[in-house]
Amino acid sequence: MKQHIAFSHRQSAHCESGVTANLLRHHGIHCSEAMAFGIGEGLFFAYLPFLRVNHLPLTTFRGPVGSIFAKVTTRLGVKVQRRRFHRESAAMEALDEGLARGLPIGCQTGAFWLPYFPPAFRFHFNMHNLVVIGREEDDYLISDPVFEEVVRCHRDDLQRARFAKGALAPRGAMYWLESVPSQPDMAAAARQGLRATCRTMLSTPLPLVGVRGIRFLAGRLERWQQRLGRESALLHLGQLIRMQEEIGTGGGGFRFMFAAFLQEAAQLLQLPELARVSERMTHVGDIWREFAVCGARMCKGRDRDGDSFAGLAATLRRCADEEQAVYRQLLEVVR
Amino acid sequence: MKTSEVPQDNGMIGEYGREVCYAVDDEGRYTLAASLGWEAKNIVNDQAWEVIVQETALAHRLVQQGELSPIAYYQARNQMDLGLLARYVGMARWRVRRHRRPEVFNRLPERILLRYAKVFAISIAELRTVPATFTAELVRQRP
Repeated sequence: MKQHIAFSHRQSAHCESGVTANLLRHHGIHCSEAMAFGIGEGLFFAYLPFLRVNHLPLTTFRGPVGSIFAKVTTRLGVKVQRRRFHRESAAMEALDEGLARGLPIGCQTGAFWLPYFPPAFRFHFNMHNLVVIGREEDDYLISDPVFEEVVRCHRDDLQRARFAKGALAPRGAMYWLESVPSQPDMAAAARQGLRATCRTMLSTPLPLVGVRGIRFLAGRLERWQQRLGRESALLHLGQLIRMQEEIGTGGGGFRFMFAAFLQEAAQLLQLPELARVSERMTHVGDIWREFAVCGARMCKGRDRDGDSFAGLAATLRRCADEEQAVYRQLLEVVR
Repeated sequence: MKTSEVPQDNGMIGEYGREVCYAVDDEGRYTLAASLGWEAKNIVNDQAWEVIVQETALAHRLVQQGELSPIAYYQARNQMDLGLLARYVGMARWRVRRHRRPEVFNRLPERILLRYAKVFAISIAELRTVPATFTAELVRQRP
């Protein structure tokens, strides 16, 4: 059995925005990863200490899994099909049927069971997305957006990954584009995404979300060492930096990707001010990176003078202040 | 971040290629820049693995001392907590917890052992024992 779909694979920083952009392009809608990220309201912040990952609190810099894809397709008027499965064999058959129809199929998978992943990244993390674009006997050809080239994966391994268990288990989730509009209104969609992102970050009525969430985290982080002891505090800190930088964020907890979106939106919406806001957002991303560098130094036990949890909290508060100003300015620019 | 500042600190990706991140070029335009990795990320990634290695080493010791069955070792090596392992083998947590006791484990029928062996991707013979000595590499590299 041999099946190859002509699919142009573009490497991206983040899996879901990359999958969304690549699928759209396959169906004739030109859309960069950053644009998909912006339209899909990818940027987010929440500190959720009651949700635990490896016994450590969950901090997220992005919206819930699947929401970028869902929001982008809704806002552009793209019709999609989604399926989940109880039986593993049914999920693989449905995948083969889709390929036979010549459709690239997006799948949500766990990262732990994918053999082509570098060992250092193999954690039980169920929010990975990829596109299956062909099959050669028992090997599937996969456009995994965070990899440089198209990768291969054995049927059994892919099946395992699609039915990874645990938090947010994908349950074989797969999705594809059914029909796309000929002239989607990218500008209106970008405007919608932009405004929604700003409103979420500024005025979600929960103290754990948005810029309030960043400040809340700063307050908690400041006391980690007294409350938990040095060792556990450093584990908490390490986990926070991993969430910010490692899980395919494009750097600075997605802030740089969002800045890239603003730059593109400036052209699309004919609003040159957005380009200047983009520079401010880049600066915010740089502060987040500063936070990561300093925090990592502490984790490694190479503290320099002035490195402390209080100092890190101050850096976070600077992020929150700067971001708040950026979102307010954005709402004024995009009325 | 400028393209000239994109870090190239290899550590996690190895020979698997490069990842991309967003950076600003000389004209102030955003581009996708390839990166081999970043020291800050390498440090926190190592920290996470260190925790997994320690937990697996502890489980290995307890199995060798006869206090837990080999399931505990393979469970830790696969980064699973009790709930996750129970989901994978499709049994209740209390049953899995029981199977972690050596005296219970030694009486388990093959069909139950097979369910664990499949999840851990090892043979039943391997499941009955643990490696003689524990090294950190055992955790990082998997079949």
